[in-house]
Parts: sequence; structure tokens; C-alpha cells
Amino acid sequence: MDKTINQKAWFLVLPVFLVVAFSAVLPLMTVVNYSMQDTFGNNQFFWNGVGWFKELLDPSTDLGGRFLASLGRNLFFSAVILAIEVPLGIVVALSMPREGWSVAACLVILALPLLIPWNVVGTIWQIFGRPDIGLLGYVLNHLGFNYNYVSNEVDAWVTVIVMDVWHWTSLVALLCYAGLKSIPDAYYQAAQIDGASRWAVFKAIQLPKMNRVLLIAVLLRFMDSFMIYTEPFVVTGGGPGNSTTFVSIELVKIALGQFDLGKAAALSLVYNLIILIVCWVFYTVMTNAGSERPVKQGAA
Amino acid sequence: MHSIPGRRLIMALFLIFLLLPIYWLVNMSFKTNAEIVSTMTLWPHTPTLQHYRRIFTDESWYSGYINSLEYVVINTVISIAVALPAAYAFSRYRFLGDKHLFFWLLSNRMAPAAVYALPFFNLYSAIGLFDTPWAVALAHCIFNVPLAVWILEGFVSGVPREIDETAFLDGYSFPRFFIKILVPLIASGIGVAAFFCFMFSWVELLLARTLTSVQAKPIAAIMTRTVSAAGMDWGLLAAAGVLTIIPGALVIWFVRNYIARGFALGRV
Repeated sequence: MDKTINQKAWFLVLPVFLVVAFSAVLPLMTVVNYSMQDTFGNNQFFWNGVGWFKELLDPSTDLGGRFLASLGRNLFFSAVILAIEVPLGIVVALSMPREGWSVAACLVILALPLLIPWNVVGTIWQIFGRPDIGLLGYVLNHLGFNYNYVSNEVDAWVTVIVMDVWHWTSLVALLCYAGLKSIPDAYYQAAQIDGASRWAVFKAIQLPKMNRVLLIAVLLRFMDSFMIYTEPFVVTGGGPGNSTTFVSIELVKIALGQFDLGKAAALSLVYNLIILIVCWVFYTVMTNAGSERPVKQGAA
Repeated sequence: MHSIPGRRLIMALFLIFLLLPIYWLVNMSFKTNAEIVSTMTLWPHTPTLQHYRRIFTDESWYSGYINSLEYVVINTVISIAVALPAAYAFSRYRFLGDKHLFFWLLSNRMAPAAVYALPFFNLYSAIGLFDTPWAVALAHCIFNVPLAVWILEGFVSGVPREIDETAFLDGYSFPRFFIKILVPLIASGIGVAAFFCFMFSWVELLLARTLTSVQAKPIAAIMTRTVSAAGMDWGLLAAAGVLTIIPGALVIWFVRNYIARGFALGRV
């Protein structure tokens, strides 16, 4: 679509710009300010230059060790989450009923976990997984598994991952379903005439049509799992030990727990920078995919 | 045609997987604490409403729900109001720095709340909004405004440009065109955007908890504090959890036909 060039459009964007600038740029300036300083309490600050950043990226120091360890855990977590939720979401979207009241019913149930406050999601799984009062923990322990997410690291990880799959797979499924719905019936009829197999239909028609929504799904899931805080915090509190302490949990510990403003601010900036870079890569891929689209449609 | 073999079974299993933990929470909320701790029962054998009664009669509990709804509503109104003109601008015009601005908005949607918790605390304390619903509502704008712009831009782009041009030829001024013609045309989009603002503000806890202490404490924060302080009142915790699910479940019903499109940020 060709848009007209009109600089006055800035007036329409101005309110958004002001609101977001107020709540994003202003606090970020504070963070930059803190990240260069050290404090011994009493609002006395000392210039520390890039000291915190050096420490942060050096695994031999306490701060650097904690940051890099939590970053590693978080990246591993995000990778596992994406590897499970994306294929599962596609399968669920393909399993959606075609028409009738069951479509609405499925959509509502699918969306339900997405609308539960995050700490309640944590609470639900905290209760559900407990060996004494939770169905899951009770059944597993009676089947002979020694399952206890409070004391066992592997169990804690499994619980956090299953909880995230429970919480967010629906998002991927709903996005894919929206993509599938936009495929005209003529495509399927053409495939039928050509005698295409089920797998060929998926590969040649459905997957390319889901490209864009899948990109959004992967972006949203990566970002949200990369900054996950509330759910694992409620269930495991980052433990046992530090085994489920992700970057956000570590950051809140340092910032609001120890009030180490300088360290927390430096960590925030690096954390934000990583997110910004990933975001930029996705955005570029997404806009490029968008500009190619008319060409593809013309060919089809 | 877009289905796979065994789809009914897959769907059924997945829905059971989704509903089972929720059922367990509902189940526990109707049990007495004695029953919860002593025996494993699949449904409440001595059903009780005591936990719900406690929440609805104790002000420290039910005020949490009111506080939460208050900032959620303020946030939704602000987000939609500022996002509407911006969505129109992004959809119709090209202007200096439009792509950069759009990316900047997107990056704010992705910014981790943990990064902003402490600076927000300082900022809102400094301007005297700490512990009011306004602080939380404004703080939530950081991810809801970009989201609303995204969703609405998709919907505005679905309105043909000819409609704008015809309206202007008919002598409509811009504000009049906006309110009388454009807004009714994208009413469903506004509904979807409002739904998503509601949802993300409702489920967020970290900022809401950091920016409030007594007066404006959200229900989510009241729940976590009860767990750590007063031992384990499982039944009460479960009942409070069930009550936080209900508003979400209600609003889903109204947008069920648009929900998939909304999750695709209006971009399918």
C-alpha cells in the first residue's frame, strides 16, 4: 500500500510518544545514571565508571558469575520452551474443529490460561504439584516417582517447563489457527485435484501461510520466556539453590532485595540490550517478509 | 480440510491438560482446610463456602479486587485513547522516523518489567503518585500502549482509503471523520485492543506490587503476602485464585470470535 508522506502525522503520534517516553525513557535515564555509580546507602553516590559492566561480564566475580549463570539458564529455558510449544501449538491448531459451537468452546478454553494472573498460574501449579495436597504430585509419587519440586532440581525444572507449556502453548495455537483460517478453500481444492498427500498440503500450503504468525509467535514466546519472573518465582522461588533463578529473578533480588542500585542498573542495561538486539533481528525479518508478500501472492 | 488424523483425541487431551489444574484449584476452594490437608479427595466431600464468604466480607481482601480493576480500567482507557490516532497515522501516512518509532514502540512491549521496577518506584515516589492506581496504570502503559497501537494499526489498515477520501470530499473535518466514521468502522478492533490491554494489565504482578504498598494494593499482591505470612491457608488461597480467573473468563466470551486475530496483533 502506498502511503502519502505527511509530516503532520507526527501530531497524531505525539500522545503515544509522550506517554511511552514518560514511562520508558525517563526511567531508563535513571538506570544509566545508577549504572555508573556506587552507593553505600544514605543516598551517597560515588562515581564508578564502567566498573559494574566490567564485573558483570567477568565470570570470575560474584556479580558476573551470577549474571552469566542465570543468563545461561534463561537461554536454555527459552530454547526448551520454543522447542516444545511451537510444534505442539501447530498440532493443536491443526486439530481445531472445523465449525459449529465446538469452535467457540475450544477457543474459550484455549484462551483461559492466558487470562489468569501470572502469580495465580504459579499458585495453581504450586498446589497442583505438591506431593501432599496436589493431584499431580500425589499421583506421581504413588506411581513410584520420587517427585518433589521443592528439593529436587530436575523436578523443579520439569514443573516450571510444564507450567509454561500449560500457560502459553495456547497463544501459539491461537496464532496458528488465525493463520490457517486465512487460507482460501480454493487452495485445498487445488491440492486435492493434484492428489497431494496430507504432508504435502501441510508443507506446501499451510506452513508457508503460517509463516508470518509463526514469526510473531516465536518472537512473543522468546521475549516472554526470556523475561519470565512471576510464575517460577511463586512456584520455586528460584530454587532449589539457584537452579531456577532466571535473569529477571536475579535482577529483582539485586535491585529490590539488596538495593544494590549500581549493580542492578548495569545488569538491567545489558539485559535490555540483549532484548533490543533480538527484537531488531525479528523486526527486520518480519518487515522483509511483509514486503515480499505481494510478489508471492501475484505468483499464486 | 485443515485437520489431521486423530484430531479429536489430540484436542480432547490438550483441553483436559488445560482444565485439570484449574479444576483442582476450584475443587480446593470448596474444601475445608481440614479436608485439604488430611485426605486426597477428587471432589469436595464436605463442600463449604467459608473461603468465599471470608473474601467477600473482609475488606482487606475484597478491596484488592477493586484496586486491581481500578488500575486496569484506567490503563485500558488511556492506552486506547492515545493509541487510536497513532494507529491511524501509522496506517495512512509516512513521516520522518515512522519506522524507527514503530520499532521503538515494539521494543518497549518486549522490555522486561524487572528492569523498570526500581526506576518506576523512584519516579512515581518523586511525583507523589506512589501507591495510587494511577501509578500502576501509567506504568502498565509501557507495554499496553505499543500493543494497542499494533493491534489497531492492523484494523485501521483493513479500512479502505477511499472511505477517508470520500468523507473529506463530503466536507467532514478530521476529528468529525475520526469519531463519526472511522471509530464505528473499527469498533471490533477497539474491542479486541481493549481486551488485550485489560488482559495484560490484569495478569501483571511485578510492577503492580512494586508501585503499591497499602492503599492501592492489587489482589495478586495480597495473595502472595498471605502465603508467606499467615502460614498456609490453602482453601482461602484457592478461592482467591478462582475469583481472579472469573473476570478474564467473562471477557473472553465477548471477544471469542476475534481472539485469534487479536493475538496475531491484527496482522493475519
